[in-house]
Amino acid sequence: MRMTRVAATAAAAVLALTMAACGDDGGSGTGTGSGTGTGSGDSNATGVIAKAASGTLKVGVKADQPGLGLQTGTSYEGFDIEMAKIIAKGLGMQESGIQYVTTVSANREPYIQQGTVDLVIATYTINEERKTKVNFAGPYFMAGQDLLVPTDSTITAPEQLAGKKVCSVTGSTPAKRIDEKYQGAQLQLFDAYSKCITALAGKQVDAVTTDDIILAGYASQPQFAGKFKVVGKPFSEEPYGIGLAKDDKASCDKINEILKAAATDGSYKAAWDKTLGKSGTPAPELDTSKFTNCA
Amino acid sequence: MPVFSDPTNFDAYVSGFLWILKLTGASALLALVLGVLLAGMRVSPVPVLRWFGAAWVNIFRNTPLTLIIFFCYFGLYATLSITLSDDLILNNFWLGVVGLSVYTAAFVCEALRSGINTVPAGQAEAARAIGLTFSQTLRIVVLPQAGRAVIAPLGSVLIALCKNTTIVGTIGLLEASNVMKQLINDNGDQVILIFLVFAGTFAAVLIPVGYFFGWLANRLAVKR
Repeated sequence: MRMTRVAATAAAAVLALTMAACGDDGGSGTGTGSGTGTGSGDSNATGVIAKAASGTLKVGVKADQPGLGLQTGTSYEGFDIEMAKIIAKGLGMQESGIQYVTTVSANREPYIQQGTVDLVIATYTINEERKTKVNFAGPYFMAGQDLLVPTDSTITAPEQLAGKKVCSVTGSTPAKRIDEKYQGAQLQLFDAYSKCITALAGKQVDAVTTDDIILAGYASQPQFAGKFKVVGKPFSEEPYGIGLAKDDKASCDKINEILKAAATDGSYKAAWDKTLGKSGTPAPELDTSKFTNCA
Repeated sequence: MPVFSDPTNFDAYVSGFLWILKLTGASALLALVLGVLLAGMRVSPVPVLRWFGAAWVNIFRNTPLTLIIFFCYFGLYATLSITLSDDLILNNFWLGVVGLSVYTAAFVCEALRSGINTVPAGQAEAARAIGLTFSQTLRIVVLPQAGRAVIAPLGSVLIALCKNTTIVGTIGLLEASNVMKQLINDNGDQVILIFLVFAGTFAAVLIPVGYFFGWLANRLAVKR
């Protein structure tokens, strides 16, 4: 009896350890891989440029934002994806060499720092806090927080939200801004924007708020055509940048050059027209004077 | 603990766990009442009631809680317009309580039913012999003994319920898991610490609860 119990406990412990070990391997697999890759190259040939030269580049993108980064099956599409293709081309590699990795807002900095991804192009707002952890190229687009309302709504500005129900995503910056600046509004939080859109379609909420470009993406989905409109008065500035490792200034400068070239040769406009342009919004000018000085 | 020294973050942490307690309290009460009724139905001599009890248990015990809570918002509230409060937050809270209660009631019912099986058949037969009706037998003779036999399993159900309340976060209540998500989003460099504090708070509250129910079960056990 005693022996069996000890044996059973030992077996359970071994099993648990094995599983834990497996979990570890799975989690850090990509990280370790890229680490070795970097180390085996020339001591100077690190970072995005070197990765591109070797033929593959891991790019972190969003998977749930129509028009920007949307995963359908195993492929990704959207404006951020087109940006990745432009950059890959500018770095002299094939589009097929891009490996897309799904990121969410909370894991973008860790993914860059751990080397899970080489670049992040995922509605990534440049701000001072993030700049201390990663390097930003761009911005390639100037977004701003806005409201998505039903076509017949009377809401035209965030000040009119008092007493109204506004939907956003738990823990997001737009949700926080509503909570702090427009306290009369009742805030409904979900874990994904798609649920907010469903609630807006069912009139459980009066407005959905996040960056205008994301809202435009939802408004342009075929099943909601003509039902929603973006108010069009952004009340914040969200410059979207391309995140990369903090010590990779050379690649950051290179990407800024590629973006500048894309602004003049029409590929930036083509990327817009192919994705977000479908919502009817004309392509914005890419203002290269606002580009970050890569640190 | 740099994250929690900020009073705003600390308040969010406290209010997150207050929601957990409120959800647990309200749902536990409702689930206990519902569970007793269901257990009564499952052992009753009326076939329709037995069938209803069995159907309830089989449906809710085998449906993921996330779906039940989600249905409470998009089914009961959004589609059927059942509004439980005019305040958006309270409405979400009560929708969550409804979902948690119907789900947990299925487990309470099954725990009680197993308790009923521990009461010797002779007891119910004796009760019948002195002329008690079915409901009198259940109320006065069987359930009190059955309840005392299943205090420990009911404690497990309560602990599970307390942790399950975090799922109400998916319909927008700012309970502990949502607060955690928010703090992690704002403090990407202290993910492990935040995670440990939230997991630790749950453990710190629930481990004593487990011991308390163990002690209570011992004390109230029917000595046969």
